[in-house]
Amino acid sequence: MSTNVFHRYANPTKFIGLASAIIPFAWGLTILLGGYGLYLGLFNSPADYQQGETVRIMYVHVPAAWMALGCYTTMAIASAIAIIWKHAVADLIAEETAVIGATFTVLCLVTGSLWGQPMWGTWWVWDARLTSMLVLLFLYLGFMALKNAFDDPQRGTQAARLIALVGWINVPIIKYSVEWWNTLHQPAAVARLDGPTIHPDMLTPLLLMGGAYMTLFTALLLVRVRSHIMERRARSIALALAEARGAGPDEDPAGLRDGATP
Amino acid sequence: MNAFFDMGGYAAFVWPSYAVTAVGLVFLIATTLLRQRRARTTLARLEAERDAAGLGHGQR
Amino acid sequence: MSKAKLKKKRRLYAVLIGMGLLGVATALVLTAIEDTLVFFRTPTDIAAETPAPDQRLRLGGLVAKDSVEPQEDGITTRFVIEDGGPHVVAVTYTGVLPDLFREGQGVVTEGVLINGVFRADEVLAKHDENYMPKEVADALKEQGVWQEGEPAPSPNALPSASYGGKATQ
Repeated sequence: MSTNVFHRYANPTKFIGLASAIIPFAWGLTILLGGYGLYLGLFNSPADYQQGETVRIMYVHVPAAWMALGCYTTMAIASAIAIIWKHAVADLIAEETAVIGATFTVLCLVTGSLWGQPMWGTWWVWDARLTSMLVLLFLYLGFMALKNAFDDPQRGTQAARLIALVGWINVPIIKYSVEWWNTLHQPAAVARLDGPTIHPDMLTPLLLMGGAYMTLFTALLLVRVRSHIMERRARSIALALAEARGAGPDEDPAGLRDGATP
Repeated sequence: MNAFFDMGGYAAFVWPSYAVTAVGLVFLIATTLLRQRRARTTLARLEAERDAAGLGHGQR
Repeated sequence: MSKAKLKKKRRLYAVLIGMGLLGVATALVLTAIEDTLVFFRTPTDIAAETPAPDQRLRLGGLVAKDSVEPQEDGITTRFVIEDGGPHVVAVTYTGVLPDLFREGQGVVTEGVLINGVFRADEVLAKHDENYMPKEVADALKEQGVWQEGEPAPSPNALPSASYGGKATQ
């Protein structure tokens, strides 16, 4: 059953159809959730009894952390699908997710540092949570570097798929680092077996922002993959045109993205 | 209003957090949309050229 | 079964087995290097394995209730770190304490253990996983659910802690 679904959307034309139907909703939801979440987070939620107003950093820090892990998981699943079922779109999804996930990881690290200085008394420590999160950023960068490291794009894609899968092992390590080892970072406050330990007045803006980040990721990913497919089509048309005109196929296929006339 | 911008004395940490988030997300959105526009116009132009050259719709 | 399907199945198993082996290998490595992954040691850890006299280490735990004593020089503080077990360690620290430092709160200190007293040159406050407005914290204390100087309870774990008021700034 699932194989059929994969196969249907492995076809780029069908994928574009589905993506184009989802994209407007994803943008719309991002604006609604993000707008309400920001309003509550900045204007209409209480300060924390210990952290004071710095609790508001949580509303941009924690969703960025969730997305950093979520994007890497997306990348790993897409790479597994590409390896096992050889679906062309799966590789594009992994590639476009990497850029977005890396940005979320940087935002998570920077906002966390800005919270750590006033609350912990330090910008950075090498505890298991912070270190494994930094490793995640390097895994994203490694994926992007490998993707472009080879003259033969197919080899780059294969190497990148491998780092996406192997590196995924870091995701549960990040999640459970605060339980398995003593860390300076506090334990999970939302995704816990015994329920959240955040007051509802603070949990609501946090979940709204989390939802907004997720729909933003969906919109960005689908738009980017759709653009990627269009770029590929443009390239193949340019090659066909160049061949028909008797020029060598390597005349100027690479200049396409700069709008050069082939 | 001043109390709001002061963030209980933590303005130097709260506002940069929101600023850096805004910069990061706007960067992602802007590059994504610009790339989409460029891909669209390039593809449309090439499709028009291909049709003018009478190559048909052989390419996906 | 067709040849293509068989190949797909083989790749699926290869990925699953590969990930499984990788998981086992990672778990083994992490267990082996556990000591370096731990950011700090607790009083119980130190009682079990006394550090060398001039070995720098991080000591963490909760600041014991009624143990914080500012010293006469005005900048040195003495306090006791506990971890719920039978062992405690006395700490002296000269310097400015972070905003979150208080009794009942988690803390990580770095320094050297000299004659049973931990001489710290760095103190970091550890935040716990409880987030609530001041009104709720006060209500929890008023209702006796939370004793001053004890670790904070979750704002949602107790039915009596419900806080109906509108958010205030």
